[in-house]
Amino acid sequence: MIAAVVSLGGLAFVLAIGLGIASKIFAVEIDPKVAAINEILPGANCGGCGYAGCSAFAEALVAGEINPSECKASGSEAIEEMSRILGVSVEQKEKTIATIFCQGATDKCKPKYQYEGIEDCKAALLLGDGYKACPYSCLGFGSCVKACPFKAIKIEPTGLPSIDENRCTGCGSCISQCPQGVIKLVPISKLCYIPCSSKDKGKAVRQACDVGCLACGLCVKKCPEQAITMENNCPVIDPEKCTGCGTCAEKCPRKIIRIQIQK
Amino acid sequence: MKLKTFLGGIHPPSHKNLSAGKKIEEPPLPKTVCIPLAQHIGAPCEARVEKGQKVKKGEVIADSQAFVSAPIHASISGTVTAVQDYPHPSGKKIKAVIIESDEKDEWFREPKNGQDPLQLSSEELKKKIREAGIVGLGGAAFPTHVKLSPPKEKNIDAIILNGVECEPYLTADHQLMLEKTEAIVKGLQIILRIMGVQKGYIGIEVNKPDALKAMKKATKGLSNIEVVGLKVKYPQGAEKQLIKAILGREVPPPPGLPMDVGAVIQNVGTAYAIYEAVTFGKPLIERIVTVTGRGIKEPKNLRLRIGTLFSEIINYCGGIQGEAGKVLMGGPMMGLAQYTAQVPIIKGTSGILVLSKEELASGESKHCINCGMCVRACPMHLIPSSLGTYCEKDLFEEAEAAHIFNCIECGSCVFVCPANRHLVQMVKYGKSAILAAKKQQQQKK
Repeated sequence: MIAAVVSLGGLAFVLAIGLGIASKIFAVEIDPKVAAINEILPGANCGGCGYAGCSAFAEALVAGEINPSECKASGSEAIEEMSRILGVSVEQKEKTIATIFCQGATDKCKPKYQYEGIEDCKAALLLGDGYKACPYSCLGFGSCVKACPFKAIKIEPTGLPSIDENRCTGCGSCISQCPQGVIKLVPISKLCYIPCSSKDKGKAVRQACDVGCLACGLCVKKCPEQAITMENNCPVIDPEKCTGCGTCAEKCPRKIIRIQIQK
Repeated sequence: MKLKTFLGGIHPPSHKNLSAGKKIEEPPLPKTVCIPLAQHIGAPCEARVEKGQKVKKGEVIADSQAFVSAPIHASISGTVTAVQDYPHPSGKKIKAVIIESDEKDEWFREPKNGQDPLQLSSEELKKKIREAGIVGLGGAAFPTHVKLSPPKEKNIDAIILNGVECEPYLTADHQLMLEKTEAIVKGLQIILRIMGVQKGYIGIEVNKPDALKAMKKATKGLSNIEVVGLKVKYPQGAEKQLIKAILGREVPPPPGLPMDVGAVIQNVGTAYAIYEAVTFGKPLIERIVTVTGRGIKEPKNLRLRIGTLFSEIINYCGGIQGEAGKVLMGGPMMGLAQYTAQVPIIKGTSGILVLSKEELASGESKHCINCGMCVRACPMHLIPSSLGTYCEKDLFEEAEAAHIFNCIECGSCVFVCPANRHLVQMVKYGKSAILAAKKQQQQKK
């Protein structure tokens, strides 16, 4: 037994010394800044910054290629902290959140046919431009839910996704996965938008959906700040110009315009 | 004797008795026709007529400069009331020429007996075929003159006429073979002349013994044409499976085409249209369509003008009986489900199928249980279960490595799947996603 203890113990001792030496010789130098920033980053690897993941972003930060505010998933505190480590001053960008530009719940936007296929928006869209009467409508199969790295989106019983404002970081992962393009980023302090993406004219919209924008242009005309423009039968509010007076929402014949300004 | 066939495939119930043996009827002229500008594979046509213009039957109303395209003709005489987006059997809205009938049904150029087509040169014949707007009438609607113009280095030695009609319910080709036997054989002779090929085959499943007999009789004394009886199996009428059965050759995987193994396939309906076009100069303005299914009162085989609305035809066949479950263009295996009956007949419409609620397959789609039934059924020798899962999980590289583009979307796998998996839809989605990604990559370059 002694022979076994001595031989194995000796072997362990020799190998331990070997490992010790190897760790000194082959040590990979990590910039302590990169490690510190990695600690702060959300670690969801959402890809919203354009880099492969959070650690790639951290390396790019330290190399000075990019600015901490480019991490869309980090809150203002985290960005400040990163700026402090890097020793740079960073202008805070306003936080944006993903917003669904469609209100065509299954009871509002009539179905064109009964869909029985795969539960995936992109696959469902291949069948005659989707199963809803409006070809621009959200299909509600949750390709965005699958794409969200922060679990901020869920499909409501109405058949439309809802976004948890506290969880959404505005990384934009959902936008790239939405085949209908009904998700857009809106600054959280000025949630002024018309939740409809239809490019059709009033008659076609009226036939398809109870809450679709009719492209009547009343909001464009009535806006005292000229903040609304019509693009492809779809009014767009410029958040920079919007003062939140609510004239448009009042005049809208469908009462669908949302104005929510944080003072 | 063992009948010729391919490996794999399925045996769906045929339901052909609903309309089999019914003489081809011609319903009254439609009051309006909606003729879509995209009726073939390839470049869609551009309208050559305007709103308010008077047109006559057989007049070209749309054409394209592209090689892979075929002109489109007015199918009735009357006035163009609109050129606008209109529901298309593919499910999308596509630009269409809408013509209101003047009920005179006047020809633009009356078809008449011209020169013997067998005296014309190959180029002249092909030109006539293009001018007549002929496309493959089996369903894929590939422009025929393009199919008859293979590159010089391809050595074509066999022309096969496809009279298999393996889709359940459909009987249009069967009835045409009975009524226009001679014309179809002449059509094949014209194709043989165009291609300069010595040997022609007519492939027919043995569940149509009367058509087989008629064809054999019509080709008696023609040593270069052979009528081949084939085993009843789906998809026996798919190009690659038909070549395997008759010639014993395997078409290489995409981009491989039948011409790579020396074969050109044409549907019997196309052969008939070719005969009419080159002999009389008649453009493709009508086709034979089976209207069938247990949801329809009187199933019929009809000769219909291109652009006639489904709803009108369903009414002509006595309307819908009971509770209709689904309306399809084509057969139950590969047909396209329609969400409105206001879609027009196009050149590729082989049937209108109204399935009753009872005829519909039902059941929730569940997880794959790895039983392998789809693998045995697949006529392309793929692994549909894996392909489906790859596409479902957006693993497109793996799907491509598993030869997704070999899939002919015949639906045999879905037919046998005990878990009701939407395998064909998954594959279609995967193919479209891969192609879209490739296009995007090319644009970046």
